[in-house]
Amino acid sequence: MQSLREMLRFLLYRIGLLVPTFIGVTIAAFGFIRILPGDPVLLMAGERGVSPERYEQLMHQFGYDRPLWEQYFDFLGGIASGDLGNSLVTKKPIFDEFFTLFPATLELSICAIIFATLLGIPAGVLAATRRGSWLDQTVMGTALVGYSMPIFWWGLLLIILFSGILQWTPVSGRISLLYFFPPVTGFMLIDSLLSGQKGAFTSALSHLILPTIVLGTIPLAVIARQTRSAMLDVLGEDYVRTAHAKGLAPARVIGLHALRNALIPVITTIGLQVGVLLGGAILTETIFSWPGIGKWMLDSIFRRDYPAVQGGLLMIAVVVMIVNLVVDLLYGLINPKIRH
Amino acid sequence: MKRYSFAAALLAATMFGGVANAKTLVYCSEGSPEGFDPAPYTAGTTFDASAKPIYSQLVEFDRGTTKVIPGLAESWDVSDDGLEYTFKLRPGVKFHTTDFFTPTRDFNADDVLFTFERQLKKDHPWNEYTAGISWEYFNAMSMPDLIKEMVKVDDMTVKFVLTRPEAPMVANLAMDFASIMSKEYADKLEADGKKDMLNQQPVGTGPFQFVAYQKDAVIRYKAHPDYWDGKQAIDDLVFAITTDASVRQQKLMAGECHVAAYPNPADLDALKAAPGLEVMEQEGLNVGYLAYNTQMAPFDNPKVRKALNMAINKQAILDAVFQGAGQAAKNPIPPTMWSYNDAVEDDPYDPEAAKKMLEEAGVADLSMKVWAMPVQRPYNPNARRMAELIQEDFSKVGVTVEIVSYEWGEYLERSKATDRDGAVLLGWTGDNGDPDNFLAVLLGCDGVGGANRAQWCHKPFDDMIQKAKIVSDQAERTKLYEDAQMVFKEQAPWATIAHSVVFMPMSTKVTGYKMDPLGSHRFDGVDLAE
Repeated sequence: MQSLREMLRFLLYRIGLLVPTFIGVTIAAFGFIRILPGDPVLLMAGERGVSPERYEQLMHQFGYDRPLWEQYFDFLGGIASGDLGNSLVTKKPIFDEFFTLFPATLELSICAIIFATLLGIPAGVLAATRRGSWLDQTVMGTALVGYSMPIFWWGLLLIILFSGILQWTPVSGRISLLYFFPPVTGFMLIDSLLSGQKGAFTSALSHLILPTIVLGTIPLAVIARQTRSAMLDVLGEDYVRTAHAKGLAPARVIGLHALRNALIPVITTIGLQVGVLLGGAILTETIFSWPGIGKWMLDSIFRRDYPAVQGGLLMIAVVVMIVNLVVDLLYGLINPKIRH
Repeated sequence: MKRYSFAAALLAATMFGGVANAKTLVYCSEGSPEGFDPAPYTAGTTFDASAKPIYSQLVEFDRGTTKVIPGLAESWDVSDDGLEYTFKLRPGVKFHTTDFFTPTRDFNADDVLFTFERQLKKDHPWNEYTAGISWEYFNAMSMPDLIKEMVKVDDMTVKFVLTRPEAPMVANLAMDFASIMSKEYADKLEADGKKDMLNQQPVGTGPFQFVAYQKDAVIRYKAHPDYWDGKQAIDDLVFAITTDASVRQQKLMAGECHVAAYPNPADLDALKAAPGLEVMEQEGLNVGYLAYNTQMAPFDNPKVRKALNMAINKQAILDAVFQGAGQAAKNPIPPTMWSYNDAVEDDPYDPEAAKKMLEEAGVADLSMKVWAMPVQRPYNPNARRMAELIQEDFSKVGVTVEIVSYEWGEYLERSKATDRDGAVLLGWTGDNGDPDNFLAVLLGCDGVGGANRAQWCHKPFDDMIQKAKIVSDQAERTKLYEDAQMVFKEQAPWATIAHSVVFMPMSTKVTGYKMDPLGSHRFDGVDLAE
């Protein structure tokens, strides 16, 4: 009973913290695109130019001739009523644009984080248990390289090698153009299965390989390093030494006793990678022609599509906030000390 | 893992898709269309995906040329005073039948009026059919001032009445913003309360009909079975949207597409050497230039401008900035445009003579600004580098150059000022293939303080281009433009630098592709060899 009340209080506290964060995010999202020099009308007109009268007309039509605070409160009002406005470019509602593209980013991010976790944790454990060995040095050296890898260059390198020279994987896109079915969930792996078309799932999967590796590289490096250092901490603890002394098999000590405790900070790290993934998605999606929100945001920024940028940033921030909240709550669940 | 070759893909299509012998052409395009109604937009990428495959215009550009030929209008007459254009419409033209619309009638005058009235009349129910829509090309071509009224003479005849004679009018009607929409479809959308679908699920009379679009990924079309100019040889057309040029190259080499847009100049050798690929090339309909401010001393003296032009080493610029994908420009219009005057002699690169000319003009210790654009454009892939080369060239004749730059929108605005300090690097890509679209827009007296970045108003030149605007005799117009180019060269308001060369790599299986001098990518008339 006591712990349930505690849990509830903790939950309310965390959610309460979200309110000022959310307001901060709305200001940042609104302000960011307006701080950049240039405006959407001039960029749209290009060399052809636009007469001063026409310019005024268009600015008025878009509502950008009004004071900034009015525009901001409009934006807030829109959020409250669930309307983020329409893109200046496609003229479609921002919500529609976001939810059309978000599943692609989510699918890729989930694959990347699974890839990074499945490879990163064993690599970190291996490095920690053989501390100082050539294996440790190799793992940590590779992690450092992976962490500093310029994503664009890395993606192109993999494409040239695996798609160009070896022809093992397709170059870009989400599925072979042969397969054509309407999106149901927006997740290509699921939709390809639902379509019932033979070979569609394999095609979708093969298209995921390279982008997953590219997007997962930095989180993989971070997770491997975090696992190693957490493991090293735990391996020095009394209870681990006791377990060893009791004659338990080393694999059991490491797998059951040490790793379980070492995982707590690792889970937090994984949660924090969500923000990194969404940032990395911009480049990864651009290289692999992956129709997700990263590429959409980049295009929108270049075109000074104010509603798309402010709405898109807000939605991305909300996703990150929700994931962080869930991670916090999970963490509170695992580690009762946090709740106080 | 299996190899992803096109042969395998086609085999798979035949086996699993049940579409034996369907010919599918895949085009790796460079970006996503903004929408599928071409009129509200100005970007080539949007037109390639909308106006070109889906729609027809009253008149059209003959494939591979800038010549205007009949489209949905079989013929047209121009009144003697040049104020009335009467179009006879083509009978029996069918709109696309799609999942979302089944037409009940053929194309007629109502469709023409609908297409233009929505852009012209502020109170038209389709003037702002979706939030924030505007008709920028229609405005940019001055159509609202030009069109006095449009009259439906009968079901198959439409008359445009103009406020003044304007010879390029017919060429304007071949442009993408003049794509003919179905009024019947629009009425249906309006009745269903789904007006904004006009921009998402298009219906036209063009060679291909819209099937589906997955945002930022794929656009699918199929051949229009009842296309007025005959069904296309290919059954399906697919745009695989691939924004990165290196990735497009890889996809082309891996057989994932048949044609790819805009290769990196640095990749051209690899593409030319690749088996099964060929690279087509053509001069782009553009010009990159350095515009002096002819209203500010000492640049108000043609001799000074001429001397500076002679100090620029164009070949070095072509090598360093265009990496071979450019051609030296001597005229303000590109060589693919009619009336291009090849008799004009370019200023020779001669720093010594230039130095002497500057001395004769009494110019010593000149320091000036050169504006470098912050963006990459077809007519200037790297303005900063170009400015640096010019800086070096000018220093050899004793002129000190300071390079300045601004954010793109601001650059375009500030460079319009008549009291602007410095010469501006800029360029232009043609809209309708008419010389008026270069010479009057960029160098006419009306453009001073606007698109005329040289702020150059030279009466003899202006008289010629104004006259060429109103006479409808093609030979007479050609002569006037040829003479105007001579005057331009003598007066040297710009240093004409380069026209880009556009490359188009494609599979050798693709037949009948013609590069468009206007820069679009068209797939009508294209076939795939077995």
